[in-house]
Amino acid sequence: MTKRNKIEMTGVYKAFGTKKVLQGVDLNVPVGSSMVIIGGSGTGKSVTLKCVLGLLQADKGSIKVDGMDMIKASTRAREEMMKKFGMLFQGGALFDSLPVWYNVAFGLIHGKDMDKKDARKIATEKLEQVGMGEAIANLYPAELSGGMQKRVALARAIATNPEIIFFDEPTTGLDPIMADVINELIVKCVKDLGATAMTITHDMASARKIADHVAMLHEGKIVWTGPIDDLDNSGSPYVDQFIHGRADGPITDLQSELLKSA
Amino acid sequence: MNTALQIFREKIPFLHDICQAIGHSILNVIQALGAISLFVLQTLRHCATPPIFIKHILRQFIDIGYYSLPVVGMTALFTGMVLALQSYTGFSRFNAESAIASVVALSITRELSPVLAGLMVAGRVGAAIAAEVGTMRVTEQIDALSTLSVNPMKYLVVPRVIAGTIMLPVLVLIGDIIGVYGGYIVSTHVLGFSSGSYLYQTWQVLENIDVVSGLVKAAVFGFFVTLMGCYHGYNSGRGAQGVGMATTNAVVTASILILIFNYILTQVFFS
Ligand SMILES: Nc1ncnc2c1ncn2[C@@H]1O[C@H](COP(=O)(O)OP(=O)(O)O)[C@@H](O)[C@H]1O
Ligand SMILES: [Mg+2]
Repeated sequence: MTKRNKIEMTGVYKAFGTKKVLQGVDLNVPVGSSMVIIGGSGTGKSVTLKCVLGLLQADKGSIKVDGMDMIKASTRAREEMMKKFGMLFQGGALFDSLPVWYNVAFGLIHGKDMDKKDARKIATEKLEQVGMGEAIANLYPAELSGGMQKRVALARAIATNPEIIFFDEPTTGLDPIMADVINELIVKCVKDLGATAMTITHDMASARKIADHVAMLHEGKIVWTGPIDDLDNSGSPYVDQFIHGRADGPITDLQSELLKSA
Repeated sequence: MNTALQIFREKIPFLHDICQAIGHSILNVIQALGAISLFVLQTLRHCATPPIFIKHILRQFIDIGYYSLPVVGMTALFTGMVLALQSYTGFSRFNAESAIASVVALSITRELSPVLAGLMVAGRVGAAIAAEVGTMRVTEQIDALSTLSVNPMKYLVVPRVIAGTIMLPVLVLIGDIIGVYGGYIVSTHVLGFSSGSYLYQTWQVLENIDVVSGLVKAAVFGFFVTLMGCYHGYNSGRGAQGVGMATTNAVVTASILILIFNYILTQVFFS
């Protein structure tokens, strides 16, 4: 039985000036599954997520979410579609002029027109889920450590119980125990809420824990994609090199060539 | 065509380079004008459609209006004072001291209060807006707004532009009063005029159009200052450098627009 695809990317290109970042990305994410994207830094993983969200305009190709083409859709339709999404940004992207609880409640108050009291209650619950107590609710993001900011950002991303959640490096900068708590939380979001998730990570332990499917991005293309169980027998030299963290292999060769030509 | 260009490039390379640089900057300016026009249209559209973040507008009233009072007040006060002093030294040669009140009142209300307030607010508010919005762009807070189903133009740009357009006339009206008062202080305490005749002169010479034209100018300047702050912040380049550049550009373009539109509006009102 094949599941319907929640997200379908076909031949997506994106360049910044002369710098080509995505060069024909093809990727399908089935409904209710958890896709993990791996790949070296600067290969365009974050750009891929932003193209799906419409935060960056893809140059070419099609990106369908629930069958609707996000690139051709009207602004109104895209804004409507945005309500289904939650996104954890790589840098947290917390609103530094607002207290922590309001950050988490933001999507509920402004996106879903909930009144502040109810929103705050939900925000407190979500903060608890990421291991943060009442005490920090009234602090401002600048008063938190990097890891704490990340957890608040995570709470904000899941606060509206979105259908599709993107996590951009959710465990980077966290201690191993907290990282595991976050992994469990992501798994729970996908299992309990039936959400579809796309996660970017460099942390292979985390990838093994949360992924149903893995895709590897390299040089602007998906070079391998498959179920997590096949990760160790992928038959792809790129994947092998990446998951074992070896310095020698096809990836480094290409990068040093790039350096030479630069 | 192509060969002519090649010959040009090979024979006089430096001239070719200069032409190329000039061409590039012209294209850049045209591109920027297009982008700014589009930004203005979007802003106006979002001003007219709900939701409007009323609370944010009120907060910007305080940030832009109230906190600019000291700097605008000081500017107006000393400008009024120095105007009285300067016109006295100038006019005493022609025995026309009585003209001082008129000079102060007209220059302050028509020109100096709106232009100087506009420039001061460009430095204070325009820069602050560009830095704040630019930082939000660079740290992806603007992207985050979109993913939380809040339109960043509505949330960030509209309140600031509305507040700027409304508050600058208020500031300028206060500046008018303080500026005229500054001239009055110098005239009565330093130059020894009678306070009654100074005030009478001022009242006689001032017409509605003098004050109203100044307030209309102020509204236009307030719009440009906040718009430029938002535009440059919104399109800020990456990193701290990008934000720094956005801030500089916001102040420079706002100041230039103020000077240009001051001329245009003066022509519209008084000719
Ligand atoms: N807004 C932007 N403007 C210009 N270049 C960008 C922008 N966003 C990303 N890039 C470039 O695109 C490349 C991929 O970035 P990114 O997707 O953030 O990498 P990563 O895979 O580490 O998440 C990088 O080289 C980066 O410099
Ligand atoms: Mg990234």
